[in-house]
Amino acid sequence: MTTVEAFQAAFDAAVAADERIEPRDWMPEAYRASLVRQMAQHAHSEIIGMQPEANWITRAPSLRRKAILMAKVQDEAGHGLYLYSAAETLGTSREELLDKLHTGRQKYSSIFNYPTLTWADVGAIGWLVDGAAITNQVPLCRCSYGPYARAMVRICKEESFHQRQGYELLLTLSKGTPAQHEMAQDAVNRWWWPSLMMFGPPDDASAHSAQSMAWKIKRHSNDELRRRFVDICVPQAESLGLTLPDPDLRWNEELGRYDFGPIDWSEFQQVLKGNGPCNEQRLDRRRRAHEEGAWVREAAAAYATKHGARPGRPGEHPPEGRPAGRTHRERPEKPAEETGTRAEETGTHVEAAV
Amino acid sequence: MTAPWHSAALALGDDALVLSHRLGEWAGRAPVLEEEVALANIALDLLGQARILLSLVGDEDELAYLRDERSFRNLHLVEQPGGDFAHTIARQLYFSTYQRFLYERLASSDSEFTALAAKAVKEVAYHQDHAEHWTLRLGDGTAESHERMRRACEALWTFTAEMFQPVEGLDAVDFPALEERWLDSVASVLERATLTVPDGPRSRAWTAGAGRQGLHTEPFGRMLAEMQHLHRSHPGASW
Repeated sequence: MTTVEAFQAAFDAAVAADERIEPRDWMPEAYRASLVRQMAQHAHSEIIGMQPEANWITRAPSLRRKAILMAKVQDEAGHGLYLYSAAETLGTSREELLDKLHTGRQKYSSIFNYPTLTWADVGAIGWLVDGAAITNQVPLCRCSYGPYARAMVRICKEESFHQRQGYELLLTLSKGTPAQHEMAQDAVNRWWWPSLMMFGPPDDASAHSAQSMAWKIKRHSNDELRRRFVDICVPQAESLGLTLPDPDLRWNEELGRYDFGPIDWSEFQQVLKGNGPCNEQRLDRRRRAHEEGAWVREAAAAYATKHGARPGRPGEHPPEGRPAGRTHRERPEKPAEETGTRAEETGTHVEAAV
Repeated sequence: MTAPWHSAALALGDDALVLSHRLGEWAGRAPVLEEEVALANIALDLLGQARILLSLVGDEDELAYLRDERSFRNLHLVEQPGGDFAHTIARQLYFSTYQRFLYERLASSDSEFTALAAKAVKEVAYHQDHAEHWTLRLGDGTAESHERMRRACEALWTFTAEMFQPVEGLDAVDFPALEERWLDSVASVLERATLTVPDGPRSRAWTAGAGRQGLHTEPFGRMLAEMQHLHRSHPGASW
């Protein structure tokens, strides 16, 4: 056996034995490239995904909701940071990945190309979009690449808070005034199908699926996860007092699951190609934030050079040291009430379902 | 019948509420991801303070969403719109330093604000630390960042005297002493940042103490229109 063959055999054996591949381990180049692509896309989705929700921060209708929404958008930035760091263990850099996002060479989730038109959209995103993300991501906690799997454990915990908060927001609207109920229903009508598209193309048209499953990056097929999501959502919609916009949706006694209507894959392809309602605006805004922030990043780098601080990213390592034990990530002002302990009241059981 | 400390709670609560809102406008626009997290963190701390302070006076949402601009008691400094990152940092430096010294004083005095101040002072110390580090980086960074930071410090300087106008219900606070401490602290940070203390007036006849009396700058009404629109469109609804 040549050396490469021996490495490949050790890699295959580790994957077969459900062992984790770690950054210093040998791995096939295609495995590395596939992970970088997937993790970068995941990180980009967190960052672009801040926009549709941030759109409502300044208009949130109560101070409690405003605090929850701000904390959520902050969490998304944090998730983006974890994921870029995890991707960096594969030999790329955040700068390089951001550049690929800004130049359209890497993608982000198509769902974030839809606009948030009413306050209820914030709830629909929490319930459906985060719900779909969790269904996709919980199996990634067992992904064969260690840094990705560990990032997902942390991210999924926070995502399930968000999902419950979104559900609770919709429930409040659904049980509120007729105008609020209508707002909630309208939001679910608009977000339902795009959420189902988040699981990707059907299995027979999914380019990366088979290889990803063989490498144990993915554990379940797109269609399998999509069905699982529908089965979770239908009873939740009933307890919300809202309907799902699908006349073909019905229980299939024989298969023990819900049948649902056909997805408009031409719309999905259009959004992927950049022709969705907000593609241009999302990317423009991200590019503008980056360009307008260039002078700030340059200042931080120049300051670090002058003062002999270890090179790092602006904001990450204050040159003169932050008091120990206090980091950006801490949020002393976030009461337990607002971090999703309301799940018991709302009856969403995401973890149980995935 | 409102107690004098109600006026003070409203004044401090409005400061925190309005600045939190302004910081919330940065979401998705920060120059670097770490600052998305940091600015949101500061905004959340301030919103938490605002909620406690407003709740001392009445219903937090009624107070936030159903008062008109003439009834808001916040400082002009915190309502100033947008601007670049340097403006945000200068505003944060001026305000956090003030808030830190004020809350330190309140935490050690016996008043309705003692418990709140004791908790808030830890948050505010972090805000000040953050603003100070960025003032140093921008002031002593590149020629461009130096110039932007200088301009921002000067532009906001005119709003800084208002912080030290006596506030009804905060009789325990020696505002002239607070002001002296504030000037020393800010001057020292600016000096380390290779900037100079602006030489313009720290208030104008028209602005001195105006925010505390409900006389605001023009952009503030627009900010409230955005903030209150949805709440006001559904009278009596719960969210």
